Amino acid sequence: MLVGLLVLLPVLRLLWEAGDATVLGRVLDSPATWRATTNSIAIAAGATLAAALIGGPFALLIGLTNPRARTAMSFALILPLMIPPQIVAIAWTHLAGSGSPILKPLGLAPPVGTANPVQSAAGMVLVMGIEHAPLVFLALRTALRAIPGDMLEAARASGAGPWRALRGVVLPLCLPGLVAGLAMAFVAALGNFGVPALLGVPAGIPMLPTLIYRRLAGFGPSALPEVAVLAALIGLVACLGIALQTILQARIASRLPGGARPLAPVPLGTARAPVELLAWGVLALLVAAPLTALLATSLVSVYGLPIGFGTLTLAHYREVLALDQVGRAFANSLLLSGSAAALLALLAVPLAHAMALAGGGGRIARAVGVLVELPHAVPGVVLGIGCILLFLKPLPGLGVSLYGTLWIILAAYLVRFLPLALRPVQAACAALDPTVEEAARALGAGPLRRLVTVVAPLVAPAAAAGGLLVFLTAFNELTVSILLWSQGHETLGVVVYALEEGGSPTLGAALGVIAILVVLTAMLAAGVLGRRLPPGVVPWRN
Amino acid sequence: MPDSVMQNSFHLDAVPIRLERCGKTFAGGARALEPLDLTIRGGETIVFLGPSGCGKTTTLRIIAGLESPDAGGRVLFGEEDVTALPIERRNVGMVFQSYALFPNMTVTENVAYGLKVRKIARADRARRVEEMLDLMHLGEFAGRRIDQLSGGQRQRVALARALVVRPRVLLLDEPLTALDAKLRDSLRLEIDRLLRGLGITAVYVTHDQGEAMALGDRIVVMAKGRVAQVGTPREIYYQPADGFVADFIGTMNRLGGVSRGGTLSIGSATLPWTGPDGRVELLVRPEDLALAGEADGHLDGTVAAAVFLGDRTRLVVEPADGPALTVDAAGRSELGRGDRVWLRVDPARLLAVP
Repeated sequence: MLVGLLVLLPVLRLLWEAGDATVLGRVLDSPATWRATTNSIAIAAGATLAAALIGGPFALLIGLTNPRARTAMSFALILPLMIPPQIVAIAWTHLAGSGSPILKPLGLAPPVGTANPVQSAAGMVLVMGIEHAPLVFLALRTALRAIPGDMLEAARASGAGPWRALRGVVLPLCLPGLVAGLAMAFVAALGNFGVPALLGVPAGIPMLPTLIYRRLAGFGPSALPEVAVLAALIGLVACLGIALQTILQARIASRLPGGARPLAPVPLGTARAPVELLAWGVLALLVAAPLTALLATSLVSVYGLPIGFGTLTLAHYREVLALDQVGRAFANSLLLSGSAAALLALLAVPLAHAMALAGGGGRIARAVGVLVELPHAVPGVVLGIGCILLFLKPLPGLGVSLYGTLWIILAAYLVRFLPLALRPVQAACAALDPTVEEAARALGAGPLRRLVTVVAPLVAPAAAAGGLLVFLTAFNELTVSILLWSQGHETLGVVVYALEEGGSPTLGAALGVIAILVVLTAMLAAGVLGRRLPPGVVPWRN
Repeated sequence: MPDSVMQNSFHLDAVPIRLERCGKTFAGGARALEPLDLTIRGGETIVFLGPSGCGKTTTLRIIAGLESPDAGGRVLFGEEDVTALPIERRNVGMVFQSYALFPNMTVTENVAYGLKVRKIARADRARRVEEMLDLMHLGEFAGRRIDQLSGGQRQRVALARALVVRPRVLLLDEPLTALDAKLRDSLRLEIDRLLRGLGITAVYVTHDQGEAMALGDRIVVMAKGRVAQVGTPREIYYQPADGFVADFIGTMNRLGGVSRGGTLSIGSATLPWTGPDGRVELLVRPEDLALAGEADGHLDGTVAAAVFLGDRTRLVVEPADGPALTVDAAGRSELGRGDRVWLRVDPARLLAVP
């Protein structure tokens, strides 16, 4: 119960601040507010459509049919979600810019001096679409996994061909999953900071998160009442999106029996090789090409030169790693994401266990479970501003303010990423045989002993996977950090952004590559761990 | 194992259990168990038998302390009122259908768990675990992980784990249901001799009447949250309290007859009978119907199905009127579909349905 209240405090504090009538009137009257809001909604909607067009077909391909190397395919598709948005945005500017290390040798790069084509509304839609396609993909795949295999077999036994059976039976059943994925993609696009900051601001397209950042960076805490209203506005749009999702789902949802054998893949037959080629071609274009451009930019001696043996250098890596703020940022990000991951993994076990209980205690815990989803569901700006408001004044009783320290970032991470740690542990707890704990009770073990000796060892792999997901997400986090960082307390995401903004593209690219390597390592670790977990905990495993 | 149990010094106190007005209503108003009064004698094995949803598991869980009875109900172990005690303070042993072994521990660690909880010193603990593993013939598996054991071995570990703490009562919730038929029979025999040897009070829940007959000193037949009958296996089998018990236990035939002035007319036959005049419905076991010749048969009918079971052939006979009857013929009987047969009824074995 306490956890539930604590995580809600920043959001509540924000709403309180945004309720001031005079400021509310002033902000809502400003044309800049409405321009940013309409931009945000339109571009987020476009990005959602793009995410559906990319993620949907891949989910159907991998979830329903039998291409080879499905795990590798999922991994490649999910990669952009794991890489922080500012790095993906940087990679795309390098790919599409006039100095493109890939397009220039092909003669396809835009002429020097013209605007970068991805620094536009269409570019933001594309890049955020790729970033959030994994959300649609994962939601749809999870829904497909829950459809009992004998349902398809029953349809086929009634005389429907495999494709007709898929269309008539399977697709309607996975629509709720699709809707959930779309809602997540919409909210994620709405709250994205890295892409609008790097692709929208240069093109003169303000969006709500960038507007908030610029106001706060320009005017400091005196702008707080105003940005609180803006943040509440984003929160409101996000809630409308989620409400629409809930209504749609209620209309199309159907109850499926649990625990059934999953769908058997429908063989692609002779179309297998061409379909695989097409899928990998799309992935190469959307994922591999920008990352290659980023890598090339980081390795080329002078920005804009073609890459070759003469121009290859590791100098940018040496230089960027020698920077003071980079070393600090690494240490800070490791400390913050590491402690957030450890604390949340530890907290998730008793919380998830309580949620699996029957009776009154379980009901309260499940209510808390819904509450803790909120700070993760609303865009990060909402939480960031809420945390500033909450921690600006000294803490009651302690006389110390967290504002301007590392701890405000940790507090925000803990609140924002709790659901990431909780979900896998919750799934593991729900899958536990309740009689195992009853057996321990019969032998005289009290609640704490049961938690430590029986429950915790059994759900430890899931807690570790949840912790790793938190680490992955927090390590390069930008949206919340950019609002809460202060001199000497930079995080890695902030420094990558600052280097690119400050006109050091090669250094930014080098640091981006390093950040991606850390992410890949953590993903591989999660993959190894995932062999011991139920399907669905590690997202890209089949 | 069984003989060694007899010789073993390991013997447990026989604590009687009394349930007083134990009912259970779940949130939402569903009545799982009507208020129940029952005394289980010390050292007795009592079996709760019934179809799923009859309240047998709820009763077991009330005795265990996993559920509390509705207000007014009491559970007594000997003279001690344990109603308010949670299961962890009742000192009961419990065995589950799913074994419920701790998958993160070895066989030894599983069996030692309850002793650790009770803070038994290490040396004493090791000795008692070893004794128990020997008793259950599990010595060679001591270091194994649970997933390296067969179903039967797992259930023996579960029994060892429940018994090593010397519980006041052993509770078994469908312990054999997850096993295949052959293993089920052999483990049932082991459990039977184990319970006799230990002298412990045991409560056994099952939906399998064969298990209930083989293991129970007394059987409590339950249906829809109520006790239908309490009695020894013989009483339950030969004197079922009502039609439900009669149908649920074994195979029972129903015969329609008319009683008039000290005789009973069934089909074309007339038998001596004492009872009030009028139509009566009668129950008779297949083994109490005999194949006979045309001259001495009471009923005639046509064989509708013959199932060869090895030691006997089970026939379904359709009389000219009334429901089909099940009757056993010798295994080598050549009777088959369409044959005409005559059946003889022993009036002493007929039960009138109350």
